[in-house]
Amino acid sequence: MSDVSERLYRKRRIINGWNLFASGACAAFGIFWLVWILWTTLKTGLAAMKPALFYQMTPPPGSDGGIANALFGSLIMSLGAIVIGTPIGVAAGTYLAEFAKKRAIGEAIRFVNDILLSAPSIVLGLFVYTLVVRQTGHFSGYAGALSLALIVLPVVVRTTDEMLQLVPSQMREAALSLGVPQWKVTMQVLYRSALPGIVTGILLALARISGETAPLLFTALNNQYWTADLNSPMASVPVVIFQYAMSPYESWHSLAWAGAFVVTVFVLLLSVLSRAILLRNKVSND
Amino acid sequence: MAADTAAIAIPSSVVDANRRNASDARADSLFRWIVAAAGMFVLLALTGAALSMLWGGREAFSTFGFGFLFSTDWDAVNHKFGALVPIYGTLVTALIAMLIAVPVSFGIALFLTEVAPNWMRQPVGAAIELLAGIPSIIYGMWGLFVFVPIMGEYVNPWLNDHIGTWPVIGALFRGPPLGIGMLTAGIVLAIMVIPFISSVMREVFLTVPTRLKESAYALGSTTWEVVWDIVLPYTRSAVIGGVFLGLGRALGETMAVTFVLGNAHRLSASLLEPGNSIAATIANEFTEADSDIYRSSLIALGFLLFIVTFIVLSFAKLMLKRLSRQEGVK
Repeated sequence: MSDVSERLYRKRRIINGWNLFASGACAAFGIFWLVWILWTTLKTGLAAMKPALFYQMTPPPGSDGGIANALFGSLIMSLGAIVIGTPIGVAAGTYLAEFAKKRAIGEAIRFVNDILLSAPSIVLGLFVYTLVVRQTGHFSGYAGALSLALIVLPVVVRTTDEMLQLVPSQMREAALSLGVPQWKVTMQVLYRSALPGIVTGILLALARISGETAPLLFTALNNQYWTADLNSPMASVPVVIFQYAMSPYESWHSLAWAGAFVVTVFVLLLSVLSRAILLRNKVSND
Repeated sequence: MAADTAAIAIPSSVVDANRRNASDARADSLFRWIVAAAGMFVLLALTGAALSMLWGGREAFSTFGFGFLFSTDWDAVNHKFGALVPIYGTLVTALIAMLIAVPVSFGIALFLTEVAPNWMRQPVGAAIELLAGIPSIIYGMWGLFVFVPIMGEYVNPWLNDHIGTWPVIGALFRGPPLGIGMLTAGIVLAIMVIPFISSVMREVFLTVPTRLKESAYALGSTTWEVVWDIVLPYTRSAVIGGVFLGLGRALGETMAVTFVLGNAHRLSASLLEPGNSIAATIANEFTEADSDIYRSSLIALGFLLFIVTFIVLSFAKLMLKRLSRQEGVK
């Protein structure tokens, strides 16, 4: 080998080695933030955990209390959002996968759904504000649930669409050739086969809305007291975290960390659970 | 003849089957209508969101006209509002985020598809995706309580002393060591969008046909040369799509930014100064808005944000689609 090509070769090897090393450093960089953020949240949050969290109301400035009303509000509004968003989302996903697969309208809906999936959640909050809060004249738990439902919707549409498309077409043909009407084929054959995927989608959507703050700020607002009335303003954990973390009071900070701990653990559990469902389903199909 | 036909009684099972067919057909078309209506609802939700915000912001648009976009006013007492400061803050923080996130995401995708040993790819990939699942309010809190003090105590003074003295770009890094500000917000945003961009990049890198890469290796390329000259050109449009997907996220992110940006309505050259972004302004001030024009201005800001993210995300979708179409052709 000549001297020049020897040098060129060495230069290429050095560039290669350096860049591959840098790629490893990038991965370490990503993991580093993950560990740091999780560590801070879990450590500080765990220190702030106490039983009173679950039975006392959010306190006035400076004093101590719990976040029971916020936990309850979050639970109710998230359930409401799932109850509103899931049927519409599953139906729309069915339309995309079964009826509008190769049609322009299907493509348009899919496109819009993907935009909705990544659209800023605060914008959806403003939408519900003008639609509901402005019309009824007051903030309400309904409005909060509706704004969260708009976040659930695209997630469920997307997973239903994808999961139904994965169902082998032989199953459809076999059922249809027995004379089963299409709605029954969809309800009793396709949904049953796609169920684990759809459930995963719903769990992912639940994980997304359980930490969602921005749209609740001007739909459900906040409430210092316990309320089960969806027609009145409602507290939620993320909004309480936001309000308390921005405040100057030490006791409020610690409540905010406890709330953050609860939300993070819940979201992590959901993501592990949805992964487990998908994995089990994959194994059983093989 | 007629008597014969009348004599043959139609078996009841046939009548039942006919009735059954009719009711099945009705149920089928009803089902079809229901799911189609749900599909239309998705279309309606997005257009409804756009129109309602245009409607809600009409007062601001008609009062301030085009000047709304270029005015730095934000005066709740005298009812003068302009969008320039929030727009500037949104763009600058998103730009900082992309400057950090794009190369890092590329590195992560490269590591996960070409460099890491097989046993490592799954857990590291899952960990990075876990970052995407953490709610943005947690990022915000962590940013405010942990990251801001570090920025204020160590990073900002260092930037001030070292880069702040440089000509031209020095002005970007001169400022009080508050910790909050555009730079901090940009870094937190970067951490948030890295998992989105890197997972898109990883997915599309895996679609590159093995024989293309093997051909390049056979000619004596190094791994880096294969990635840079074969993988990246092959997936170029989808990579750009992934970057724009991340940009869409960064532009619209609310909570994380609200915590660390400082909510200051001031246009300043320095990245270390507090600023404001569209989403943070809305989140901070909406419930405090005490006049119709104030609220209308905030909704108008929301409308602008919606339009910008819509364009960015549409572009991202189109770019991502180009790769799958190209694959379909083969």
